[in-house]
Amino acid sequence: MNVVEASGLGKRYGRTWALRECTLEIPAGRVSALVGPNGAGKTTLLNLAVGLSAPSAGAVTVLGGRRVGSPDALDGIAFVAQDTPLYKTLSVADMIYIARSLNRRFDQAYAKARLDELGIPVKRRAGKLSGGQQAQLALTLALARRPQLLVLDEPVAALDPVARHDFMATVLAAAAADGVSVLLSSHVLTELERVASHLVLMSRGRVRLAGPVDELLATHGQASLEQLALHFLRETETSEVTR
Amino acid sequence: MTALTMPARRDSGDAAPRPLPWRRMLRVTWRQERFKIAGVAALLVVLAVWLWIAGTSVHHAYAAVLACHPASSPNCQDLASTFNGTWNSVSYWTIFLQLVPALIGAFAGAPVLARELETGTFRFAWTQGFERWRWALAKLVALAVVLAAATFAFSVLVSWCYQPFLGPNNQDLGIYGNSPLVTVFSLREVTFPAWTVATFAVGALAGMLIRRVVPAIVAALAVYAGLAVAAAAFLREHYLTPLVSSDTNVPGTAWIIGQWWTKDGRFAFAGNPPLNLISKCSFPGGGGPGGKGGGPGGPPSSVNPFAQCLAPHGYAEWNSFQPVSRFWPFQWIEGGWLLVLSALLIAVTIWLVHRRVA
Repeated sequence: MNVVEASGLGKRYGRTWALRECTLEIPAGRVSALVGPNGAGKTTLLNLAVGLSAPSAGAVTVLGGRRVGSPDALDGIAFVAQDTPLYKTLSVADMIYIARSLNRRFDQAYAKARLDELGIPVKRRAGKLSGGQQAQLALTLALARRPQLLVLDEPVAALDPVARHDFMATVLAAAAADGVSVLLSSHVLTELERVASHLVLMSRGRVRLAGPVDELLATHGQASLEQLALHFLRETETSEVTR
Repeated sequence: MTALTMPARRDSGDAAPRPLPWRRMLRVTWRQERFKIAGVAALLVVLAVWLWIAGTSVHHAYAAVLACHPASSPNCQDLASTFNGTWNSVSYWTIFLQLVPALIGAFAGAPVLARELETGTFRFAWTQGFERWRWALAKLVALAVVLAAATFAFSVLVSWCYQPFLGPNNQDLGIYGNSPLVTVFSLREVTFPAWTVATFAVGALAGMLIRRVVPAIVAALAVYAGLAVAAAAFLREHYLTPLVSSDTNVPGTAWIIGQWWTKDGRFAFAGNPPLNLISKCSFPGGGGPGGKGGGPGGPPSSVNPFAQCLAPHGYAEWNSFQPVSRFWPFQWIEGGWLLVLSALLIAVTIWLVHRRVA
């Protein structure tokens, strides 16, 4: 099964195409990384996959052919947006209450236990938590929904190294222990090295390269993900400039 | 770091799927909007206390006038002017009260979607299991109903406070007799909630379109001002065809829309008589025109004194007016179109939320 399938997918804002002719398959049961510089179209692609925006061209389905935004798709996908938006004036307990009320499936015991272990007080207002705690709260609310697919948009970009490590550890644990498929975007390459097994490389609104990480490394003779990404991004930059 | 890798077990008891009824969204709305609802309630309670204190003194003054006999005695005239004096302050409040439905509607309506869009929390709210058109529908309708109920209760108090100035027999007592079709018409039992809900709906749509809280509030207030002026100046008098009468004794509680004169059955002029005709009239005792029942400090009645002196010259006065018996039909007509407008605006807002593209 593919958790995301796009064919000829495009998104235009005014006259600018943020995403063009995107055809790809994100396999289930993997941690897939969407890599590319700022403005490459990563967020646009994720927004299309979670149903926050509608395509200008082409089509996208999720969780094995389901319509984006359908009740089934909403139930099965948990999304943590960039900068982990939360209702800052509400308490942690209120956030749990809201997430629980808005979802068919929500493991409140899990959410409470995890926040307890993280030392996040449920009475504190979400806006008073540190950046790392806010990210962990958003992730907890997402995982407590027991999603089939967890989508993370630049999850650790704003976090310090410790919070970054802790956050990714949680994501990896969920992927390993519960078989949650993960799709995350990032422009920071180093942290993806140890987590991603499937890679989608993007630049300037197009998919440049996609496939399992080990295969890509072998075919292109690169030692690490970072080198592979840099190699391809440099190449596409030059070709765009000379065109 | 065992804590951080605590596994999430699928379908372990608490995580079993449950249905998503509407009432869950009502609870979410309460959690999110309780401070706003409390703020509206606090504002209305403060204003209600103030209206109740003011209204009590108005009612006392009015009861004293009603109880006084005979009405022409100096004692009663004093009481009448005391009562008429209260109108001066009460009429100023009207301007202030006029702002209440606008402010409540705009401040409650504009942030509902604008805040989500401004802070990015729509990315959280609209990716949960509750479909977002249902999310928007439940939230907007629940808030609209709460606002309508609260402002209805408040409007009952406003009506009570102003009731003495709207009495049908006030003219005979030499005290203010305003038409309920004009004075505080938009702050009564049907119109007050309807204007509040309409402004709320305008604010919600403006928030969805503008995506910023403060500009959306300003837009809602501007649209309210435009609609309120249009209703008061142009629309309201046409809700039903006005009655036309040459009987000069149109009651003071009626809303006079137009006045014109005929001479020998033909149209002569509109409004007040020109000076050369006025000079034909002479008024005994002081010289100025003082209608019957226009006591000291009291308002002129709607009976035009010129009609009597110009009648022998072949002139007749005509009035077009809305009788006070049309008060409730007018309330429901205005409330009706405002509620239809609100429903349309809310429907458009929900459609935009459903269709919207981030």
